[in-house]
Parts: sequence; structure tokens; C-alpha cells
Amino acid sequence: MKRSLTMVFGAALIAATVLGAPAPALAQKEIVIGLQCDRTGATQTVGVNLCPGYHDYINLANAKGGVEGWKIRALEIDHEYKVPQGMESYERHKKEGAVLISIYGTPHTQALTQKLTEDRIPGTSPGFGTAAAADGTKYPYIFPIAATYWSQGAAAVKFAKDQLGGSLKGKKIAFLFYDNPAGREPLAVIEDLAKQEGFELRTFAVPPPGVEMGAQILDISQRYRADFVIAHLFGRSPSVSIKELKRVGFPLRKVVSFVWGSAEADIDAAGGWAVAEGYNTMQFAGVGSDYPVLNEIREMYKAQGKEPPREMASTVYYNRGVLIAAIHVEAIRNALKDKKGGPITGADVKAGFEKIKGFTLGGLVPPLEITANDHEGGGWVQIFTVKGGKFVKATEWFKAYPEVIAKHVKASK
Amino acid sequence: MIHRECGVLKTSYEADMALYPLPIARWTVAAIAVVMFLVLPLAVHEYYLSIVNLISIAVVGALGLNILVGYTGQISIGHGAFMSVGAYTAANLVVRLDFPFWLALPLGGLMAALVGAVVGSPSLRIKGLYLAIATLAGQLIIEWLINHVTWISGGAQATIQVPRPELFGHTISTQFEMYFFLLFFVVLALVGTMNLVRSRVGRAFIAIRDHDIAAEIIGINIFRYKLLAFAISSFYAGVTGVLYTYYLGIANYEQFQITVSIDYLAMIIIGGLGSILGSVFGAIFVTLLPIAIRLVMEAFGGLFFSQQAVLNFIPNLRLILFGLLIIVFLVVEPEGLNRLWRNIRNYFRVWPFAY
Repeated sequence: MKRSLTMVFGAALIAATVLGAPAPALAQKEIVIGLQCDRTGATQTVGVNLCPGYHDYINLANAKGGVEGWKIRALEIDHEYKVPQGMESYERHKKEGAVLISIYGTPHTQALTQKLTEDRIPGTSPGFGTAAAADGTKYPYIFPIAATYWSQGAAAVKFAKDQLGGSLKGKKIAFLFYDNPAGREPLAVIEDLAKQEGFELRTFAVPPPGVEMGAQILDISQRYRADFVIAHLFGRSPSVSIKELKRVGFPLRKVVSFVWGSAEADIDAAGGWAVAEGYNTMQFAGVGSDYPVLNEIREMYKAQGKEPPREMASTVYYNRGVLIAAIHVEAIRNALKDKKGGPITGADVKAGFEKIKGFTLGGLVPPLEITANDHEGGGWVQIFTVKGGKFVKATEWFKAYPEVIAKHVKASK
Repeated sequence: MIHRECGVLKTSYEADMALYPLPIARWTVAAIAVVMFLVLPLAVHEYYLSIVNLISIAVVGALGLNILVGYTGQISIGHGAFMSVGAYTAANLVVRLDFPFWLALPLGGLMAALVGAVVGSPSLRIKGLYLAIATLAGQLIIEWLINHVTWISGGAQATIQVPRPELFGHTISTQFEMYFFLLFFVVLALVGTMNLVRSRVGRAFIAIRDHDIAAEIIGINIFRYKLLAFAISSFYAGVTGVLYTYYLGIANYEQFQITVSIDYLAMIIIGGLGSILGSVFGAIFVTLLPIAIRLVMEAFGGLFFSQQAVLNFIPNLRLILFGLLIIVFLVVEPEGLNRLWRNIRNYFRVWPFAY
């Protein structure tokens, strides 16, 4: 029976620590941002590099004296890419007084849409979430702030068109996608463009978990003989697609990947930079380490007598973290300016987002223009090509077929 | 020590059949009810209520799965899918036909019961691991169907936005209101299960679990009761799915994948197979443990590590601790938390004497 007693005391101890966990006292002049991360779940490769980038930019802003005299605290919660945990983290963020939620995950964005609108707290879904949320009048508190899957689809078609000599008439394009809702989302736009541009489109679904696609790739290269491949894959599967395409001898310069198959980690997992030579990647944040803001972060670390974090080497996701944080800080700055430095609410930050314009952070951020109607900010992307062991810029910031996207956004419920 | 179990005389059939024959048990239940319905919702912050809400949903699902696995001895790895059946049925009824929640919820459950009975039909021929794989197939097929048939899933996103439930013209939207909404169904599920397992049907389930051939010989219709167990259990799962849908405001197939089925199995195994209290304990344990570990880590992690390291550590250490604690609890008491609780109770029952 001693054992039982020990268990009782153990349980009591756990209960005591949980209940006694000190609620962080609200420091003076502090603004809280709720940051959802996934460092352990299905998309763990993204989170481990993106979230440090986010924190580093926030720390940089704080080191420079904060935003209009306010300190920013980003409260990170890892939700393992699970929806109930995401909901729990949102309630926690709300309790801490967050005026802005950095959502992570497509289902999480959908689950929080209603809540955020009711609570009047803006949330951002850069590069994922519902494409229709670009319409700020229908989704007042959701901000995609980066190219949605629809915009990415349109940009991919535009890029293919440029690569194939300016016309897609009669060409064959293969759309290789991860067979889940997020993977299928751009299909509607690409199908529309197939009609408009007169190319033949065939889709090749990769069932989750997406590590087995030999048959699809063989089909693309040998039977269908595609002129161009648009790949929209997640997690481990982008690297598998590179490997398989290489194996069957399909030229990688005729492949363009959406934003979640475009990182250093994917290239490494595919067997290195030599294997992936020519692979085109779509980006919503600048890639590489020659941006002034990254130098500032390195200097901040130097001033503290520390080495810059190793996550900085993974520039694709790290820079995206910096971009998201920078846009968040900018929105908060706009809100504080409007309120003459007074305390701000979620609604003020929403208004702050809708004033973002011409904020490029030395080229790391596209020329966004977020308005009350357009929460996507234009749908800008940049293509980087794998060349000689690094990502080389292939295009400037561009957006494609805005009228087609606008039509789809309008038609959605 | 405080109460006596002897001297409680039952003078009528009603008294004999009462759910709680002992006065102390009745008082305890009443006290818990007061805490749950009055003290807790008024005393704690909405955030904590949101955690309780997640637990409430899990309790309903765990109870349902325990009826099947714990009481009838049939295994199912398809409960995540049954939840999605309930969720999408209700979501479609609500969005397309404007059904109120008190109609959509039982109908979602019934649809899940139907599907569950079909998926469970191999249980008539096969048992144990083979049945597990058969239900796994059900899980995969249902997942695929919902993912691809847009008539069910409502479009390429496979997500249906559901309006908040309304009761007498009042919209249930905050966590506080949702708390009572969910608690009502938890009470319903608890009372329902407690009465089910001591009824004729429940005894038939237990007989099948203990020895199905013997059960058949004494006149239990195995065919009927096995399917009934699957149907009832899936009904609970379907209701759980609908509750999730109302709680989150969307029906989304990604929250009902196979890991959810495994999570619920983990709940009832940790809590205790074939026990109602065990289902509750298991649901609390599995839902609360990750959150508790995170809060503790956040409070004390900074003492040992730098901020960045803590952020990288917490989620990973949490997974490791979660796994370790499950092993520890199972090694300490293989029959689950419910047995642990009974040991503690039995100890104090005769305290301060040894026996």
C-alpha cells in the first residue's frame, strides 16, 4: 500500500505544480503575439527553422528599443499539427491577451476562422490556409499575407509559360500533388488556366504519407511525356519527387515546386545539391543570407557574444519566419501609430495590417500591399533555381493572372 | 473510516437497483455535480474551461470505445473514422437542410452507428488482431471516401463550416457556454453507459467478452449483440465527432485520422478496460498530460536552459515524457488508472487498520 500512497503524493505534486504554475505577470507596455509552431508533428522540418527566425526578428525589434516604446512577447506553443491542440493553444494565447495570432496549419486556420472573427483578433496564414480568405470582406480577421495556393498555382503556370517559350498552346503540363485538401486546393485555378492558355493538364495524386511515387513519376516522364511539371508536395515527399524525377531522367529545370517543397532540407534529403541541379522552387520570402535584416540579426548575436544560430543556414524557412515576424511587427507598429502609442486591441492590429504597403525589408519581403479587400497583399512569389550548390534567383517578385484569382475568390462561398 | 457500508438495508426493488446504493456514494456524486456545474465554471478562467471542454469530448468517445473494447472484447482501430462519419453527417444536415443541433447530433450518431455496424460485421468471423486489421481497413476506406467524394466533404478543402449551435434562440459560442453544452452530453453518456452495462444487453456484452462460445451456448445471440456493441460504440463515436464539429466550428477530416483512433485506444488502456471511471480517467490523462507537462516546462525550464533551447526542448521533451509516463503508469498498474484508484480507495476504506 506504500506504493499507492507514493502515487497519491506524486499525483498531488503534479496537480500542485500545474495549478501553481505562475501566470506570467503582465509586464509594463508589453504586446503579446500568439505563435503557433510545429516542431514535432507532421511538418516538423518547417517549424524547427521557421520559428527561430520568427523569434530572432522579434528579439531584434525588442533590442532596438521595441515598437513605439512597447516590448513584444511572442508566446510560442507547439501544437504537433493537431487541431484540438491548436484550439487549446489559441485559448491560451487569448488568455495571455494576444492581439495577433500567428496560425500554423491549414486545418487550424479553418478551425480558428470563426473564433477569430468572434473575438476580433487577427490571424495570419502565410502560404497555407484557405485561398478564399484573401477576400478581406468575407474573412475580416484572416490574413494570408503571402501567396495562397491559388496564387501559387497561377504563378507556376506563368513560370512554365515563360520557360516554354512564351506560349502554352498544345503543351502538356503535369500537376503532381499531395492527395489531401491542401494539395488539391490549387487544382481549380490551374484547370481554369488550362482552358485559357490552351494546354493539356493531367493530375497525378500522391497518397499520404507521400514517400512512394515511382509509378506517378514514371507515368509523367514515359507515358504522358509532360513538357512541364508543377509539383505541390509536403513533408518528406518533395525530396522523394526530386529523387524519382532524377532517376527516370526527367530534366529538373522543367519542374517547379510550390512553396512547401522548396527548402534546403528538401534538397539535402533528395541527395544533395548536385542531384537537384536545375530544380525550380517557388518562394514567398527572399532566399539566401545577403539581406540587411539578417546582418542585423547576426550583429545582435555578436553584441551578446554569441554565435548566430545554426537555423540561419536553412535560409528558406528561417527567412520565412523573419518575414512573418516582420509583417506582424509592422502591423503592430501601424496600429500603435494610429492609437498614438496607446494600448491596442486585435481590431487595431487588423487595421494596422490593412495599411501595410511598400515594406520590403531590403528585398526579403515582396512589395506587399494589404488592403481591407485584399488580405493576401497581391500574391507575390519569386522563383529560385538550384544552381551550383545554392538557390539562385531566377525571377524578380511577380504575380500572375490576378483576374483569374479574383474570379475564384469572388465565386467562393 | 468515515462511513459504514454495513447496515444499508434495501427494502424495495428500487433501492436495490439504484445506481448508487450507498449514501456516501450519492453524496460524492452530488458534490462532484456541484463542483462541475457551479464551482468550476464560475471559479476558473475560460482557458481552463477550454481544456475541460476537450476532456469532455474525449470522455464521450472513450466511453463509447470502452463499451466495445472493454466490455464486449472486440477491438476497433476505426473509431476515428466513425467520428468523421458523425461529423460530416451532422455538418451536411446542418448546412444543407438547416437542421438544429438537437436533430443533427443524434442523426450523426445514428449514421455512425450504421457504418460502425457494417465495418464491425467481420467481428462475427474473426477476432483479436485480425479484427483490428479489418477495422483499420474501415478507417482507411472512410478516410479516403471523405477525402475524395466532394458530395460528402463539401469541396476540395474537405472542410465544412458549421454555424454555432443554437438553443432557444441563444447561440452557444464562448467556451463558457460550450462548457455546459458539452457537460450535458458527458452526463448523458455517463448515465447511459452506467445503465447499459448493468442491463441485459450489458451482461450479454460481458459474457461475449469473457467467453463467446459459452455465451452462445447459454442462449446469447452473438450475431445480434456483437453488431449491437459495434453500433452503440460507433454511436458514441459519431456523437463525439459531432461535438468536435460544434466545438471547432468545422468538420475537417484531418482531425479524425488514424492517430485519433490510436489515441482513444490509449485512453481506455491507460484508464482501464471495462470500466466507466477508467474511461474518464484515461480521457483526462491523455488530454491533460501534454498540457500539464508544457505548463511545468514553461514555468521551470527557464531555470536550466536558454530561451531558445527551451522552445526547442519543450515540444520534444513533452513527447518523450508523455511516452515515459504512459509506460510508468502501465508498469505500476497494468489494469489502468481505475485499478490504481480502487487500490487507493480500498486502502483508505479500512484505514487506519491494515485490512
